[in-house]
Amino acid sequence: MTSKIMMTTALAGVLGLAASMASAQEVRFMCYSDGNECEVYDDVLSRFEADNPGIDVVIDVVPYQAIVENLPVQLAAGTGPDIAKVTDLGGLNEYYLDLTDYVDTDYWDASFADTLNWYRVGDRQGYYGMHSQLTITGAFANATLFEQAGVELPGAGATWDDWAAASRAVAEATGTDFPMAIDRSGHRVAGPAVSYGAALNGPDGPTLSDDGFAAFATQFVAWHDDGTIARDVWAGQGGSTYRDAAQEFINGELVFYYSGSWQVGRMDENVGDFFDWQVVGSPCGPGGACSGMPGGAGIVGFEQTEHPEAVAAVIDYLASEEIYAEVTARTRNLPAHLGVASAGVEYEGVSPAAQAALNGFAAALPDVAPAAFWYQGYAGNRAMYGITVERLSQAIVGELSVEEAVARMEEDLAAAMAETN
Amino acid sequence: MLQIISPIMRVIEVPMLALQRMLGTNKIAWVFLLPNLILFGLFAFLPVILNVFYAMTGGDNVLLEARPFVGAQNFGTLTECDNFLDPNTCREDKFWRAVWNTCWFVVLQVGFMVGFSLLTAIILNRDIRARGFFRSVFFFPVLLSPVVVALIWKWILQREGVLNAFLDWTGVGGYNWLVDANWAFTWAVFISVWAHMGFYTLILLAGLQAIPRDVYEAAMMDRANPWRTFRRITLPLLSPTMLVVVVLALIKGVQTFDEVYAFTGGGPGTATTFIIQYIYEEGFAGAPRLFGLAAAASLLVAGVLVVLTLIQLWINRRNVDG
Repeated sequence: MTSKIMMTTALAGVLGLAASMASAQEVRFMCYSDGNECEVYDDVLSRFEADNPGIDVVIDVVPYQAIVENLPVQLAAGTGPDIAKVTDLGGLNEYYLDLTDYVDTDYWDASFADTLNWYRVGDRQGYYGMHSQLTITGAFANATLFEQAGVELPGAGATWDDWAAASRAVAEATGTDFPMAIDRSGHRVAGPAVSYGAALNGPDGPTLSDDGFAAFATQFVAWHDDGTIARDVWAGQGGSTYRDAAQEFINGELVFYYSGSWQVGRMDENVGDFFDWQVVGSPCGPGGACSGMPGGAGIVGFEQTEHPEAVAAVIDYLASEEIYAEVTARTRNLPAHLGVASAGVEYEGVSPAAQAALNGFAAALPDVAPAAFWYQGYAGNRAMYGITVERLSQAIVGELSVEEAVARMEEDLAAAMAETN
Repeated sequence: MLQIISPIMRVIEVPMLALQRMLGTNKIAWVFLLPNLILFGLFAFLPVILNVFYAMTGGDNVLLEARPFVGAQNFGTLTECDNFLDPNTCREDKFWRAVWNTCWFVVLQVGFMVGFSLLTAIILNRDIRARGFFRSVFFFPVLLSPVVVALIWKWILQREGVLNAFLDWTGVGGYNWLVDANWAFTWAVFISVWAHMGFYTLILLAGLQAIPRDVYEAAMMDRANPWRTFRRITLPLLSPTMLVVVVLALIKGVQTFDEVYAFTGGGPGTATTFIIQYIYEEGFAGAPRLFGLAAAASLLVAGVLVVLTLIQLWINRRNVDG
């Protein structure tokens, strides 16, 4: 009897060991979706698993909030995932796994070019992230309202003032609630601020108080005061909470909506034939630029993983041109992969309007000003976004004057940099 | 039942008796307290100690050993002010805006809450028709989650909400309540009173029912009018319960966060940002995560809450002694 028990125990031990060895290459991928990204990754990675039986990729789908708030704490505590889809590209650099030794760096350089720099900070200049979806901010216009009002859509090279005047005229003629709206986000106002001359990275380092930024802040607050911009978006929230105005645009309550390329799918699905809409890019400002703000998300691995080779293999697979092209087409995002971009993307299941919108956003990419490109890759940009939203909101509701708000932004930025340096 | 328990007790009895012989009758009490002490120490006392350490460190690293010691710098940052009444003159103006918002909120919310709860309790204490139904109606909001309360009122008060639809229908015309700082604050107070007054009404109702009927009968025989009866009998005999209600409401008011955060997000601007939201945003929602500043602010709030709790304990003791 005793020998039977011992044999059973030994067998169970061997089976347990075998089972643990079989799952030794488990790679956990923390993923959030703007649309259907995680679903598509799950599908393409199941093919990867079939080709690589030793690697088991487990996708943990989480809300975006978890990526922003929980992931950094998990990484600091050493309990993070192996791979994640992140948007704080430079901010998490200290935790990234350097893929240099595992991937074909020539291919990565040729395919992802400057976006690789968004993941690099200071001395850490390796290969860390594959920019999986490129976004760019820009405007949507309700073409039907313009037609009803008999107002011409401002053409290429039109300024923010031109669009504000035209949107007011359309709103007045058609009885529309709001002429304009811009998402409540520091990222979203960065493009317009750059067009107004904001340097963002001044001679003494990052800044939110130069003349260009102050000029934009003054105009932005004035547009809230005179009703050009919907107060609900920026004044209807507190802190640095994000709020968009997509629903107002979809409801036909908004003439001109400044958001970004990631909204195309939502517009396509929800507007339907309710009205005609089109992407009109980023208006020009007195600073001479007509810049949107690039952005998006990337796939990164983390140093704390027990399986760096498997992690690199997964990311490299997603970076391959064929898979990248498939994922881009199915998720309806702009490609950051130069090969995929130059070949053109035939998006799956989108209307001609959405295809035109995505092409329109892609066409605006060369207009991105160097300051905006730098800002996207700056490791402290999340702090700057938050400060911008909080202080501009206070100026909009009258708690601070514009001058006080701009001065506070600079103080907050200095304090934030002192804490992180 | 006894048949099941008795053998178990006999099994436990043997080691416990041995332990008692070893430790003595007095010390055995600690053995019974130990499980609770461990849980309390782990989940209440240890976090408080850690919080004190965090309050004296800087940087944005979550690991305590990787954070530089800064002494009382965080407290200095919070309290550096030219004029405490004007947040714009303070280095950490958001903290002082939150402090003053909290003070105003507590004063108004507690005042209205106690007043309405007392009025409701007096009405519900009378022999009115469908008394049980009304008691349930007033208590019902207490059962709702704060987030549900916030969402319900957001749907009512938003630009295209139920209230504006009604006001448009009546011809009065709607208003963008949640974009106006004063109205947003007023509604935050109203919602908080609506959501919590049922609980305090219940306590006051119990207090009212504890007042002996013969005192009222004696007053009636003396031909005291209702106002005099209320002022000279109800209020004095209800005052111990009232004090407990006031102190509990004060503590709850200072801790207000979830329902207002879900309702307005602290806006417009910082109009409805209260102290707990400030702590949350500095420590967890913003970038960089200023755990030290958040910990220092939370210690200051803890100090206020300790004072309020001591007042409550003192009142309780006085009531018991009385």
